[in-house]
Amino acid sequence: MSTPLDQLSKDSAKALEKAEHRHELDRRPDGTPRSWWSRITARAVMIALSLLFLLPIYWMVVSALKTNEELAQFPPTLFPRSWEFGNFADAVTAMPFLQFFANSAIITVSVVVLSVLSNFVVAYGFACIDWPGRNKIFYLVIATLFLPFPVTLIPMFDLWARLGLVNTLFPLIIPAAFASAFYTFLLRQFLLQIPKDMINAARVDGAGEWTILWRVVFPSCRPALGTVAIFAAVAAWNDFMGPLIYLQDESVQTLSIGLQSFRSAHDQDVAFNQLMAASFLVILPLLILFFVFQRYFIRGITIGGFK
Amino acid sequence: MQNESAEAGDIPPGNVATSILTAPPNDSSDPPRTRPRSRRMTKAKRRNLRLGLMFISPWIVGLVVFIGYPVVYSISLSFTRYSGMGAPTWVGAQNYITALTDPLVSKAASNTLFYAMIAVPLALVIALVLAIAMNQNVREVALYRTIFYAPSLIPAFAMSFIFIVFLNPQFGVFNQIMNVFNEGNVNLLGDPTGVKIAIVLITQFGAGNAALIFLAGLRNVPKTLYEAARVDGAGPLRQFFSITLPLLSPVILFNLITGVSGALQVFTEAYVITNGTGDPDAGALFYMMYLYRNAFGFAELGYASALAVLLFLVGLGLALAIFRFSRRLVNYDVEAS
Repeated sequence: MSTPLDQLSKDSAKALEKAEHRHELDRRPDGTPRSWWSRITARAVMIALSLLFLLPIYWMVVSALKTNEELAQFPPTLFPRSWEFGNFADAVTAMPFLQFFANSAIITVSVVVLSVLSNFVVAYGFACIDWPGRNKIFYLVIATLFLPFPVTLIPMFDLWARLGLVNTLFPLIIPAAFASAFYTFLLRQFLLQIPKDMINAARVDGAGEWTILWRVVFPSCRPALGTVAIFAAVAAWNDFMGPLIYLQDESVQTLSIGLQSFRSAHDQDVAFNQLMAASFLVILPLLILFFVFQRYFIRGITIGGFK
Repeated sequence: MQNESAEAGDIPPGNVATSILTAPPNDSSDPPRTRPRSRRMTKAKRRNLRLGLMFISPWIVGLVVFIGYPVVYSISLSFTRYSGMGAPTWVGAQNYITALTDPLVSKAASNTLFYAMIAVPLALVIALVLAIAMNQNVREVALYRTIFYAPSLIPAFAMSFIFIVFLNPQFGVFNQIMNVFNEGNVNLLGDPTGVKIAIVLITQFGAGNAALIFLAGLRNVPKTLYEAARVDGAGPLRQFFSITLPLLSPVILFNLITGVSGALQVFTEAYVITNGTGDPDAGALFYMMYLYRNAFGFAELGYASALAVLLFLVGLGLALAIFRFSRRLVNYDVEAS
């Protein structure tokens, strides 16, 4: 029903918003413009902080590209004298890197798929179906948020051991199929913002809940599901203690403990440039994911509106 | 006639309204007219209840299998001696008595508290500074957000590797800087206190997550408050302490509680740096390291369970204490617009 006139007013509203945003640039929260002096100090502080927070990644990349002799030099060189890209190849062959990578990838992809599915369905049950007692039960979800995992650590190990599944990837994958408090909480907050009328209209038309879940709700909450997917991916990919406990054979180990056992096997004689090269290869997929889906990271935190 | 249509569950709305209004509130034998209405209500409610429970059933199963069962089993294991093979043998409160007199438990607990006392407040300040920087009205703010958050993506083990290289006593950059000041060879990781300080520093690079939560809180503070404060003559500093901080207090509380709970469980950095030993001189033997060692090194699953239960109780106690202490300081009154 949008007429050209509507479109025009929409465009001008957008332009106005943009202008207002530009107007806000370089102002204090109270709206007063900053003096050039305060603008320069603010930027200087932020650039200094940026350099500090870039330091670990910079150090990792530069060390990965140096020879071990150059790593030991003083004063340290800011950039490698010769770029030893061969270090990456050496690191990959010095340990069963591809095996570790494959195991990490299997765990991460399975965890992401299962987490998104299970938490989406559970959050729908808490947000979109009005059943007696659902808010009381939801308090229980929030309560489990604060339960420290060490309390469940030993019994879970005992359980997986009895099932004969230690040294397989299952203990790290299967729990994701049963929803987790944090992601359910995040998705529920988002689903509550979907207009009730939209869901009720579909119900009046005779659609079942499952159909509504996929046809009505799913399309409008893709951003929130994206956030859950990314958080779950980062957590699974970076997990250390889970693999440390459950994966003892080299053939099932993930990158995290694979690299740690490579390091501890060589202890002080470890080729640090290879260790840095391998570490960089571990974080590379996450960095790419972050740059591509950046807005989901920021949005995910703002959805919950922590209050 | 009325009764027949009532049994069919098809009552004209007007009748129902009057019947509900006239029905005595606590009548156990409902008058026939109200019955079909209430039955229809419960039918819809029951249907919703069934559907709701069906949709949350994955969580219910998870709650029973991955939380309820392990918590109960953990508590009961803590009263036994159990190696993972065979059956646990009941030893009563022996594990708890041992834990309270074990010198390594008090060592691990004091290491963990030392770490938490420095790392948690420091992390709050750093995260708040980052959030304020992320919230500046400058053109390139998206770039700063990216840079401040990126180190949070580096897994703890990789961040530890970076610092192992950085702090290496022979050729680490840190040492070479120290040499310039004629400090001699400093082996931070070889010193029981130094290694803890190093781990505090390593974990600070993950401040991005807490900073994003602070950022969300900062953006919820109504602009009008700042404008009103300016009219009243409050400068930027005064605005920060009189508006920003009080309105941020619930978020500070959230970050404080998650920070304390995380600090009590500090593990990976210490495990990677010390190769699981916790040395030098048990200086990096944190509580979770000792728990892990007992469970998976010594196969003392009963004793480790007792340690886990104690950790849970201490964590719960600290969280409750923080809540109580913060009641007067946390401001929930001003709703963000």
